[in-house]
Amino acid sequence: MDFQHTEDRQMLADTLRRFLAERAGIEARNKAAYGDTGYDPQVWAGLAELGVIGALFGEEVGGFGGAGHDITVVFEEIGRALAVEPFLGALMVGRALAAAGRTDEIERLIAGTVVPALAHAEPQDRADGAPLASVARRDGDGWTIDGAKAVVASGDTATLLLVSAQTDAGASLFLVPGDAAGVEKRGYLNIDGGRSAEIRLAGVRVGADALVAEDGTAALAAAEAAGLLALSAEALGVMEVTKAATIDYLQTRKQFGVPIGKFQALQHRIATVLLEIEQARSAVINAADAFDRADGPRALSAAKYTVGATGQLVAEEAIQLHGGIGMTWELPLSHYAKRLTMIDQQLGDQDQHLQRYIALGRTA
Amino acid sequence: MDLRLSPDEEAFRDRVRSFFRDKLPSRLSDKVRRGLKLTKADMEEWHAVLHAEGWLASHWPERYGGPGWSVVERSLFEDESAKAYAPRVVPFGVNMLGPVLIKYGSEEQRRHYLPRILDGSDWWCQGYSEPGAGSDLASLKTSAVRDGDHYVVNGQKTWTTLGQYADWIFCLVRTDPKAKAQEGISFLLIDMKSPGIEVRPIVLLDGDAEVNEVFFTDVRVPVANLVGEENKGWTYAKYLLTYERTNIAGVGASMAAFERLKATADTLTRGGKPLAEDPLFAARMARIEINLANMATTNMRVVAAVAGGGAPGAESSMLKIKGTEIRQAITALQRRAYGPYAQPFVPEALEEGYNGEPVGPEGAAPAAASYFNNRKLSIFGGSNEVQKNIISKMIVGL
Repeated sequence: MDFQHTEDRQMLADTLRRFLAERAGIEARNKAAYGDTGYDPQVWAGLAELGVIGALFGEEVGGFGGAGHDITVVFEEIGRALAVEPFLGALMVGRALAAAGRTDEIERLIAGTVVPALAHAEPQDRADGAPLASVARRDGDGWTIDGAKAVVASGDTATLLLVSAQTDAGASLFLVPGDAAGVEKRGYLNIDGGRSAEIRLAGVRVGADALVAEDGTAALAAAEAAGLLALSAEALGVMEVTKAATIDYLQTRKQFGVPIGKFQALQHRIATVLLEIEQARSAVINAADAFDRADGPRALSAAKYTVGATGQLVAEEAIQLHGGIGMTWELPLSHYAKRLTMIDQQLGDQDQHLQRYIALGRTA
Repeated sequence: MDLRLSPDEEAFRDRVRSFFRDKLPSRLSDKVRRGLKLTKADMEEWHAVLHAEGWLASHWPERYGGPGWSVVERSLFEDESAKAYAPRVVPFGVNMLGPVLIKYGSEEQRRHYLPRILDGSDWWCQGYSEPGAGSDLASLKTSAVRDGDHYVVNGQKTWTTLGQYADWIFCLVRTDPKAKAQEGISFLLIDMKSPGIEVRPIVLLDGDAEVNEVFFTDVRVPVANLVGEENKGWTYAKYLLTYERTNIAGVGASMAAFERLKATADTLTRGGKPLAEDPLFAARMARIEINLANMATTNMRVVAAVAGGGAPGAESSMLKIKGTEIRQAITALQRRAYGPYAQPFVPEALEEGYNGEPVGPEGAAPAAASYFNNRKLSIFGGSNEVQKNIISKMIVGL
């Protein structure tokens, strides 16, 4: 048993933390997060140069990490800094490509010269495994894709889309340049910063080499697994900063002549928050540990459920314990609370993952 | 980061497992698993088995008859013990008084009392709480007044668990009524056969009487029975509490209880389908299972930190709160599972060898009683609210 990170991972975390604190402090972050691109391209390039994207992938595809604990180390720091650079897209697209054996594209991804986005979710609700509303048809040597994709992270600035579309073989995956003819993007800000887009694909023509996987099930599952682990770790980072800020506020804010942390009603609320965050950390450790194993999916759902439920508690309590100031845009904490809450809306919320956890337990 | 046990730890766990497989009488594990009542003889029998192996006093150094285990090994032992449905070691002599005597007792006290704890000659109980001193333990009033070679003790202790079996009681008594609350307290060993002691059972809401009131009227206690120095008892009491709080998460016990719950939910039906397939019941179970898996890792993180030389502070309180919440949630579901069959109250059905016709399905009889009994978990050992005070004090610092 060893709950310490390896020296290499700890160094990566330290480097990442220093870089983000210097280059993407909360003011710079907010400027970028609510600006035209939704992130800072220079920060993204700088992080790629530091090798942060490479840490998300194994040596066999040109990275130098790729294990569960590599992903959580990186994303916990992303959470701490509320970084909005397109890491999640890079991770999920890269993992899908790796699973499908398309290692040629991963090199550019690790170098940070492309802005990747996974365009899989669709506006209409659909059952797991049901046919996608987006459809790809053979067209000469290549394919023509029609359809619509929902809330694609960094979708409007993405230069490389990994698009899922229904074919005779099932949910197939295609690489589509962000500026391909027929790709219409409606970009917008997210409430927690960063930009996403609704993407319509109208007769988008791609070549034969655009096909990543005819049956994309395994590649999509790999992308989802990595995404769930990443979001869970990111939530943990967000929680840690939220916790520190709230403790600091309880120590310094005075009412009735004393620091408000003197009041038992508030002490008990913060105590609950503190212990639930430790539980969430354990959930993320468990998921990172199980990531490559057969029981990985269940541990990932357990983690995503846990950070969803705990994240809601932490965000709501942090705002409540801060009182009125916690409601303001000016206070960094409010942005942390928003991000924490929105993580529960991404890749399935606490209820969906509880259900998935139950279902996976039945089939086990 | 590596959650696996080391080869040595794994070998240790295997050794412990085979011990429980070979040496734990199935009559006892069966009673524990089914939630039946353990008699004094049952507990003594199990203590004797553990003692014969040298494993009874897992906290004690080898010099005094302990096994000399590491923190990790102790934790593994406790988890495996619970998972094997072994009776819990009665903690008062072994886990509470023993470590205090080893650290603060005289050589003579150690030589006399420690072997008698191990071989079962003395059954100990704990005299801490009083009617007016619960969470605010330092406000205790039971007095000990020096009279020659004796203290004369007057007052009342309460919530004395298994005091009805006890030969001895270790007591916190007030020896200096004028000092500040914590500074006038001494730690005294009292023979339960002394004249002037009366034990009255307290019947709890499940109908059982595992706790007692103990009354002291002019009880004469030799001064030789004082542990450490007069008026330093609070220090010893706090030291003892750190032992009371080890294994506080009760991971193994909750895992065993959860396994039982799963078996129950697979067996019983609701609306014609297995209860485990009822979506709301399944969701309640899944939340607990996830919480428990998280807590198992939280617990191991704390164990690893302690093994690395750290002292658990707020973490003990966190584990106490979460551990008891989870255990209580399991007992609540176990009760809910039986629907109306949780209601029949047949205490004799919880005794070994009950021959009467059972009411309701297997396992129904103890379900509600166990649920009500386990409400104690969030109250004793420092109520969960007191634990939250401690967490806040340690981390927020106000």
